Amino acid sequence: MFPDQLLQFLLSGLTIGSIYALIALGFTIIYNTTGIINFAQGEFVMLGGMFMVGCTRLLHLPLPVGMLISMVAVMVVGVLIERLAIRPARHKSIVTLIIITIGVSIALKAGTAFFSKDSFTYPQFPGPGHLAIGNASLPGQSLWIIGAAGCIMAALWAFFHYTIRGKAMRACAINREAATIVGIDVERMSLLSFGLSALIGAVAGIMVTPTTQMAWYRGTELGLKGFCAVILGGMGSSPGAVIGGLLLGLLETFGNYLFSGYRDAIAFSIFLLVIFIRPQGILGRK
Amino acid sequence: MTPKRSERIKYAVFAVLIIAAPLIFTGRQSYYVSMLALAGIYAIVALGLNLLMGYAGQISLGHAAFFSIGAYTTAILSTRLGWQPLAGVVPAVAVAGFAAFVIGLPTLKLKEHYLAMATLGVGLITYSLIKADPGGITGGVTGIINIPPLAIGGFTFDSDASQFYLIWAVAFLIFALSSNIIDSRIGRALMAIHKSEVSASVLGVNVFSCKLQVFVLSGMYAGLGGFLYAHCSPMYYLNPDDVSHFVLSIKLLTMVVIGGMGSMWGALLGAVGLSILPEVLRMLGSLLHGVNTTDIEMALYGLILAVIMIASPRQRLKKLLGLDKPRRVEPPKNLEK
Repeated sequence: MFPDQLLQFLLSGLTIGSIYALIALGFTIIYNTTGIINFAQGEFVMLGGMFMVGCTRLLHLPLPVGMLISMVAVMVVGVLIERLAIRPARHKSIVTLIIITIGVSIALKAGTAFFSKDSFTYPQFPGPGHLAIGNASLPGQSLWIIGAAGCIMAALWAFFHYTIRGKAMRACAINREAATIVGIDVERMSLLSFGLSALIGAVAGIMVTPTTQMAWYRGTELGLKGFCAVILGGMGSSPGAVIGGLLLGLLETFGNYLFSGYRDAIAFSIFLLVIFIRPQGILGRK
Repeated sequence: MTPKRSERIKYAVFAVLIIAAPLIFTGRQSYYVSMLALAGIYAIVALGLNLLMGYAGQISLGHAAFFSIGAYTTAILSTRLGWQPLAGVVPAVAVAGFAAFVIGLPTLKLKEHYLAMATLGVGLITYSLIKADPGGITGGVTGIINIPPLAIGGFTFDSDASQFYLIWAVAFLIFALSSNIIDSRIGRALMAIHKSEVSASVLGVNVFSCKLQVFVLSGMYAGLGGFLYAHCSPMYYLNPDDVSHFVLSIKLLTMVVIGGMGSMWGALLGAVGLSILPEVLRMLGSLLHGVNTTDIEMALYGLILAVIMIASPRQRLKKLLGLDKPRRVEPPKNLEK
């Protein structure tokens, strides 16, 4: 493989890996705070992209306004899911909660399909059309994707370490019962975690749509990739989610070069391999 | 163990209904016979999924994968390699069971959501592989045509009624087999696992091996369902959207949930009920002009799943009717982790 090609794969892998990392962070935040794996996580990404399509293509709103509306809309969906579907069933078994989130995910999917079954996209965000790095070329949108992912990661880190709410959420992750004893409102943290995850998912969807298009059915696949990244990095670890996402993006891009056409099977094979060899992932504790 | 009197009556009603259905729907209504035959195929798969969900406390979001593996295995053997259709049952069930084994081996040692995600992934990948057809054997989007019907001795199962009787005879046997499994040593072990994994393992149950056995068994049931589907499907034709799509996995899941997890009769009724649902929606759809009923179908599955799990109407109904008192002695609660 030529060095130029290597660089090209590296850049493409990091771009898609940033998206996976964001989805993986969404899974991690909800899992840490509530112990639930949210099977509707991919739908947040899909909804983010689709709301943005509605704002820019249908309503012709300016970019920042459209982004803001889409983000808020998806956050509202996330909060409603927590209130209406998760909280009433909070103390039921894991299988019950899995079925609830998968039910919600299908209802969201079908609801979107009801409006339109087409694939949509919108123009790249302002900036250079293509950026030449050595002999490799990076689409302008990749800068937006990597930049947005970086900003969100930094903001999340600050939130979890320097704000009282963030610290409370970390306390929930360590031990929910002990968090209740010291006066943390665990139910409120659960609501916050769904809102935050939905927001992050929405940003991923808004950023990725110009490069890959968005359609009603894509949430499942994106959610699954994000979960593979979670497993790869280590369940429950935020740095693990980021590393897992970026690594999965790179492995997928290189793997796609070696076995072209099996892109989706690559992520899944990695998933099975990881839980076979090291179920706790790269950074996870046993 | 001989079944109780109430069980025996249920079995008798079940058998009578099977025998009567093709005699009731004749002539123009014979369409309903083939619809109910399909319900029988789904019932077989739902019974297996019910063993997994209701008794082993695990969940599969990709049972369509095992269904399609069974269907495509037998279809490929009988159309491309000239096997006798009936001979395909062994490889169809075996390959589906083996696929379940490969998925179950790493995931079942871990928490419930690992199997859920793994089966979700297997479902999506099986669908895309069948559709992309890299090996040139599944026929891609066009599928496989001219699959021969089943034949035993000189008799060919090519009419609606004969296929209906064959499928429901198999479903009846599978139902009896599953009931026996539940009443056997492994069934009791499974129920112990469902109550508390820790106390089950203290009592000497190999939790992992039990779960794996049930998962492989449910994969084999799905393979058997796929086998029957391939040889009894309308027009003897297979395509990836009918047998391996995500929506089928969800439909099967909904059948078990709607019937009540852990209830054999429930799985059976759920399978029949949801198989009739598209027909009911079509009738309603002609009233509500121009509404796409398949979209409504999918949204309904989602809502049914979420609402039943949140509201648990079965327990509420039992409470209302005063049927919520346990018949058996419950294991002590404080043994749970």
